[in-house]
Amino acid sequence: MSETKTDAGAAATEPKRLEPPVSDEGRPFWDATREGRLALPWCTVCEQPIWYPRAICPACLGSEAIEWRDASGRATVYAVTVEHSPQTRALEPPYAVALVDLDEGVRLLTNVVGVPADRVAVGDRVQVTWEPLSDGRQLPLFTPIE
Amino acid sequence: MTSLRGRTAIVGVADDVSPTGELDRTGRELEAAMVRAALDDAGLTLADVDGVCHAQSAVGLAEYLGVHPRYLESTSSGGSSFEIHAEHAAAAIAAGLADVVVSVYAATPRSDRRRGRPRFRGRPNFGGPDPMLEWELPYGMRMPMGPYALAASRHMAQYGTTSEQLAEIAVSTRRWAALNPRARYRDPITVDDVLASPLQSSPLHLLDCCLVTDGAGAFVMTSAERARDLAKPPVLVLGAGTAQDHSMISQMPDLTTTPGVVSGANAFRMAGVKPGDVDVLMGYDSFTITALLHLEDLGFCAKGEGGAFVEDGRTGPGGALPMNTNGGGLSYTHPGMYGMFLIVEAVRQLRGEAGPRQVDGAEIAVAHGSGMVLSVMSTLVLGTEGALS
Repeated sequence: MSETKTDAGAAATEPKRLEPPVSDEGRPFWDATREGRLALPWCTVCEQPIWYPRAICPACLGSEAIEWRDASGRATVYAVTVEHSPQTRALEPPYAVALVDLDEGVRLLTNVVGVPADRVAVGDRVQVTWEPLSDGRQLPLFTPIE
Repeated sequence: MTSLRGRTAIVGVADDVSPTGELDRTGRELEAAMVRAALDDAGLTLADVDGVCHAQSAVGLAEYLGVHPRYLESTSSGGSSFEIHAEHAAAAIAAGLADVVVSVYAATPRSDRRRGRPRFRGRPNFGGPDPMLEWELPYGMRMPMGPYALAASRHMAQYGTTSEQLAEIAVSTRRWAALNPRARYRDPITVDDVLASPLQSSPLHLLDCCLVTDGAGAFVMTSAERARDLAKPPVLVLGAGTAQDHSMISQMPDLTTTPGVVSGANAFRMAGVKPGDVDVLMGYDSFTITALLHLEDLGFCAKGEGGAFVEDGRTGPGGALPMNTNGGGLSYTHPGMYGMFLIVEAVRQLRGEAGPRQVDGAEIAVAHGSGMVLSVMSTLVLGTEGALS
């Protein structure tokens, strides 16, 4: 009832989503999504992941030691809301918007799909799944594990 | 360290709202009318003004008014902008940078929609795409409601807070609005009414959400010394504090705890006041969850206990903690950056001008502004001359 359409063919004909712009800082993230990899920037000085991607590490302000590493793609739902009115043509209400905590320790905003929206609960274990964008990039969504 | 306690006073206030939710005037014309009304209230004139605050452009406003200020303040933090203006104006006046400072706000989103004026979209950004556009907006989160819904979701999961408890806040606030002839909505509502209103961004129902109305307001501040010679009893700035911890909701460290913990503690410490001393709390109620978080973060109850605290009408008329006595953003007015109206109502309560909704003997009031998506909190502790002694 709540899932997003994942038919790539439809993407060519109608705007599915507000397609995210690509910042210089975010480009490695988006490039990795073309290969179905969820990558995170890490500061190798602080040895911690940075989110959202930026030119500096917000812990040390360093910009020399940022390295992109693949993430596990597994996460835990931190908070969830179900949208009951249409906000975009791509998503038919009700659909779930969630903050998920990746096992690596960063928090992303996303949609949880593949399950009725009102079944998504705080604490649920989820894993990444991909929705194609019009330019070959993919948008990371999450779906329940098991 | 120099304290701002009792150094400055709000001496003039004005606001313009309508039960229809719409105003005839708009833009700078409406702002100018508010400035004039607030100066009249104070017994001052434009010639006295040497400081101008505006949440978009103090420079443009000053030119429009024909003022040549020596103090300019354009801090824009959304709904808490005007509490920050008051904090900064108090510091500027205490430091001798200005004598008479005015802050003004006007927005007419409701009538703009009818007039077909373009609405504000997105936010100004410098240097590359807005991170919110890249990392949040593709997921169809309703703005600004979605982030507050996420906070409510987390609070419920972590502390067992219920939709019924959130609804209590809307019910009590509506009871205050019933006492205010200028409020947008005055008919009583029940907890069941709130729960039966359509779900928006779950768990928030329609009646958990603030209004969209036209509205405008202004305040005038000067030194406590000068205030004693003016038209109305001075409302002293006893304490002030501001704190930010994020801009986007996905960067908020803990969705159950706002930076009001910091702004509130600093403002109370400066004022020498405890939450138990507060007679009137004006706590920004963009959504019921927002007001609940303020109660916890300002120390009126412990973290996680806000739900139980608001039961049995505790924040309504006749309750132990009068909160949002004008009817709040939930029932009085909400043009977008509601923080101005918190200050206006706090001042009216401390002057004894609040009519049927007057809290007897109010001596200390708090105006607690919340900006963006629980991002920037700013707390003002205001008091009568009696509260200073």
